[in-house]
Amino acid sequence: MAASSKPGSPRPPPSSSSSMAQDLFNNFSFSKTLKLKTKQQELLIRVTVLTLIYILAFITRLFSVLRYESMIHEFDPYFNYRTTLYLTKNGFAEFWNWFDSESWYPLGRIIGGTLYPGLMLTAAALYWVLRFLRFAVHIREVCVLTAPFFASNTTLVAYFFGKEIWDSGAGIVAAALIAICPGYISRSVAGSYDNEGVAIFALLLTFYLFVKAVNTGSLAWALASAFGYFYMVSAWGGYVFIINLVPLYVLVLLVTGRYSLRLYVAYNCMYVVGMLLAMQIRFVGFQHVQSGEHMAAMGVFFLMQVFFFLDWVRHLLSDAKLFEAFLRITVTGAVSVGAIALGVGTASGYISPWTGRFYSLLDPTYAKDHIPIIASVSEHQPTAWSSFMFDFHILLILFPAGLYFCFKRLSDATIFIVMYGLTSMYFAGVMVRLILVATPAVCLISAIAVSATVKNLTRLVRSQSQAVQSGSSKGASTAKSSSKGVIDNSQPFQRNGAIFLLLGAFYLLTRYAIHCTWVTSEAYSSPSIVLAARGAHGNRVIFDDYREAYFWLRQNTPPDAKVMSWWDYGYQITAMGNRTVIVDNNTWNNTHIATVGRAMSSYEDEAYEIMRSLDVDYVLVVFGGVTGYSSDDINKFLWMVRIGGGVFPVIKEPDYLVNGEYRVDKGAAPKMLNCLMYKLSYYRFGELTTEYGKPPGFDRARGVEIGNKDIKLEYLEEAFTTQNWIVRIYKVKPPKNRW
Amino acid sequence: MPMEEQPHFRVPLSLLLIFSLFLLPTSFSSTHDLQILNAERRIDLTSHIIKVYLTLKVENLETSPASEVHLAFSPAEAEHLAIVKAAATSGKRKKKTYIPLDVKSAELPDGPNGTKFFTVTLLTPLNKGETATLEVLYILTHSLEPFPVEITQSESQLVYFRDSAILLSPYHVKEQTTFIKTPSTRVESFTVVDPAKRAGTELKYGPYEDQPPYSYSPVLVHFENNNPFAVVEELEREIEISHWGNVQVTERYRLVHAGARHKGAFSRVEYQTRPDATGVSSFKHLLAKLPPKVHSVYYRDEIGNVSTSNLRTDYRKSELEFQPRYPLFGGWKSTFVIGYGLPLQDFLFESPDGRRYLNFTFGCPLTQTVVDKLILKVVLPEGSKDPTAVIPFQVDQHLEIKYSYLDVIGRTVVVLEKSNVVPEHNVPFQVYYTFNPIFMLAEPLMLSIAIFLFFVASVSYLHADLSIRK
Repeated sequence: MAASSKPGSPRPPPSSSSSMAQDLFNNFSFSKTLKLKTKQQELLIRVTVLTLIYILAFITRLFSVLRYESMIHEFDPYFNYRTTLYLTKNGFAEFWNWFDSESWYPLGRIIGGTLYPGLMLTAAALYWVLRFLRFAVHIREVCVLTAPFFASNTTLVAYFFGKEIWDSGAGIVAAALIAICPGYISRSVAGSYDNEGVAIFALLLTFYLFVKAVNTGSLAWALASAFGYFYMVSAWGGYVFIINLVPLYVLVLLVTGRYSLRLYVAYNCMYVVGMLLAMQIRFVGFQHVQSGEHMAAMGVFFLMQVFFFLDWVRHLLSDAKLFEAFLRITVTGAVSVGAIALGVGTASGYISPWTGRFYSLLDPTYAKDHIPIIASVSEHQPTAWSSFMFDFHILLILFPAGLYFCFKRLSDATIFIVMYGLTSMYFAGVMVRLILVATPAVCLISAIAVSATVKNLTRLVRSQSQAVQSGSSKGASTAKSSSKGVIDNSQPFQRNGAIFLLLGAFYLLTRYAIHCTWVTSEAYSSPSIVLAARGAHGNRVIFDDYREAYFWLRQNTPPDAKVMSWWDYGYQITAMGNRTVIVDNNTWNNTHIATVGRAMSSYEDEAYEIMRSLDVDYVLVVFGGVTGYSSDDINKFLWMVRIGGGVFPVIKEPDYLVNGEYRVDKGAAPKMLNCLMYKLSYYRFGELTTEYGKPPGFDRARGVEIGNKDIKLEYLEEAFTTQNWIVRIYKVKPPKNRW
Repeated sequence: MPMEEQPHFRVPLSLLLIFSLFLLPTSFSSTHDLQILNAERRIDLTSHIIKVYLTLKVENLETSPASEVHLAFSPAEAEHLAIVKAAATSGKRKKKTYIPLDVKSAELPDGPNGTKFFTVTLLTPLNKGETATLEVLYILTHSLEPFPVEITQSESQLVYFRDSAILLSPYHVKEQTTFIKTPSTRVESFTVVDPAKRAGTELKYGPYEDQPPYSYSPVLVHFENNNPFAVVEELEREIEISHWGNVQVTERYRLVHAGARHKGAFSRVEYQTRPDATGVSSFKHLLAKLPPKVHSVYYRDEIGNVSTSNLRTDYRKSELEFQPRYPLFGGWKSTFVIGYGLPLQDFLFESPDGRRYLNFTFGCPLTQTVVDKLILKVVLPEGSKDPTAVIPFQVDQHLEIKYSYLDVIGRTVVVLEKSNVVPEHNVPFQVYYTFNPIFMLAEPLMLSIAIFLFFVASVSYLHADLSIRK
């Protein structure tokens, strides 16, 4: 957005916050005391706006810290936090070789080989740098603020990316849009210490550097993009998206006849170096040459060589006919060799087939039928339209407009962003959590739409006012009245229309900013560990039951106690409770999880056998019947039955349902009323009056009176129940004496 | 069980006395032939901190003036003894005045095995036949033994208290009485040493007459005590002085319920619906007395902020009432951190010789709590020199270095360690040090220079052309 040299002419607002700063700086720079050249003014404004966006992106993510406290959110971040803590305490070598016996008892987990270490290393590096500079920060603060910090960095990358594919105006708009876009904020608020926090930065950086490499044909940029890719691989499993999108993009360029030496240099360097670097991550290992998901990149790599070879041959052969024949033979030969290699590789088992997660991306119904454990996670559900609207707001309308502009000015770079946008939009439709991947593309393409529109409109407005040249062109009304008589009638209309449209754009962007702030503060800033509700007198009531229970476990159970719970709480128990768990959120062993599911859905005596065989000392269940907290274990119970039944056919889902209906009251299935989960959730709940005017044992989460109030436990005893009953912990009694 | 055979210890007294001069040259002590005309002991068992008020009327039998009175403690008592204070009284009931006396640990050669002695130095030496009245207060911790050792949620806590019906003393005691106050009327049993009787919450042993030195008669009282047995196993208090106007205090607690261990299930429904009948020995509230004008108070633990706390402040004191995350039953533990800021001018002063000193309260801010090990760290500003601590009782001291925000040479930390701390240890202490105010400017200057260099770097980057081509 170049600064206009004429005072008072309307300027396109990139966002409500930065436009104000622009005006401020314009007034400042036009004062007589400071005379800057136009170019310097432009630079000053650009740097200022970017700085403001940078700060804005950071502070808008701090709602959760202000509302609650500086804490780690949700489930997975607790594992990341725990490993980071271990890394900073014991150093990298220990971390890399860490065998964690506290999870997946009795199997354990090789941490170094089963995680993406990018996030932990980033946070630890930040921590060490700050410590070196003598900032006495705690590692928790670093972890909490890592995601906002990287979100700020992402805005800078978005700026450069936008500048690369369109112009610097689009870059600034893209930076502003992505800074507050809810789709991104949902995964990068302070405390959301998850891989995605740094991965989106790495993803966009890789793409930017690759496009830059394609545009310039420079080996340096290609190498930089390979390192960007390496960082992405180290940070998140979503790198598979890059390694498939980039070859797809290259393929499209080849097909559309846009092959160039620049592309050759960029892709080959990026692929070869990136692949070699990625193999250094133990969790990824040789997948780049052995896994079906990575084969597209390799195929395109060889295709590239064939293309280069053909190009060279054409250069040597002057005869067009001969070349055509040669072309036919070579392409057929190359394709068949590739197909045979792939077939042999797959058949011999050298190349592993696609994983279930990958399948479920291509076919949204796959997981539901085959892998209940993936389908049971709420963030793996197909996206509803409302959540698109919620996360993108006006970007959803601007996105097609941006695509139009991209097609209008087709180049290598715009083709890339179009492909990125379209593919990621598809994936966003398949899985809720992949909205995150689509967000940068949507922001960039929308930014092109906004920037191009506003630029066209301002040009219209400005050319008019220049043509009129009536003394002071201060107010729009004076310019309008004076121009009316002089010039033909079509132009004032155009001009008014332009002003009107500008105002409209400004209004839309303002709505966007308001919506983003509202969504961030209301929907995405809750840590989900601490629950807040409004009390009867409008005061804020805090339910801190999770931490109460975890801290109780940490302090008052033997250090080697094994805790059985549904896998959702595994990471939290190990991180906050510091106790061994049977299963956790790293759902790598379906059988083990199914065993826990089976125990939860069996009768107490059967469950006792299973728990004895797993050395379980404590069982933890989450129960929302007293507070009306609906995401508790009873509501998740059908998934336990399904996952358990998937491995152990003894467990049958219909046993827990009455006429296909899931209920916990008197009409519930007898197996349901006597299974372990039901007993543990409702033990002695029948004595409690939860709501005035309701019978005792009224479950507020489901709004019914429970069906089994007389629950006796034979093999377990209540060890601890939190203040609001949200977490209940039971101790598994030792076996009875036989004599 | 009065010990008749005890006097033979006193026979080789003079011989041993000479001997002890060589053996223990530092803690020289001698016993004057005194006698205690009247001893009255009041033992307060209402909480887990046992307070014993001892009133002694002492008479000098020898011709030479006596200036010291010895107090004897059995090995079990000595191990749990937190503090011994003595005062001389003068005047009658209403116009009684107390003058604190010096109490020192001492070694006596003729004590029965393991007996520990303290010496009270009188204000004016006693001449022959003169009498003096002493008030002694000593505090015992960890001296109530829960029995049964484990209780369920619905039971109340019973404890044993062991002591002697007769005052252990190196002197002949003419007449003595012991009163034991229990928290409730429920006393399961007590050893009867005639005359002994029980009335309400009070047990009375005595009066006993003419007991020879080192008489001992063990008694055992088994009674109900549901007071919170809050024990801080370790407390680390860090007091960080900033000459920019703040004293930051961080206190790390490791709290345990040291009463009878909890056995069996914990039922929330019973704890919620019948608070008077279940979990009577458990506690969930704690009270910390903080200095006035306290600000930025926080209360958290390893896994985050704890939201259950209330701060009441007025101009004289601040009270922080807080709850651990869960109610503490016997044997349950909790760790937490309390931190707060205080205005510097209330605590830091300048002494006449130009040195600065911090005047702060020793001990633990929690009420009714025993601290097994207290580590008090005073973090002096960077650049302070020659720290000395002045404390009215014996503590272990050493120095450390700590690096905080933007420190280059590190801050000197004065570390004071004391075990077995009770609320009576909450007395002021001072740490003196010298400090040159120029050091205050070091950190702002460093920051300014760093920012300045950043701008210089930016400017030079914008103006320099680093491309190779040209």
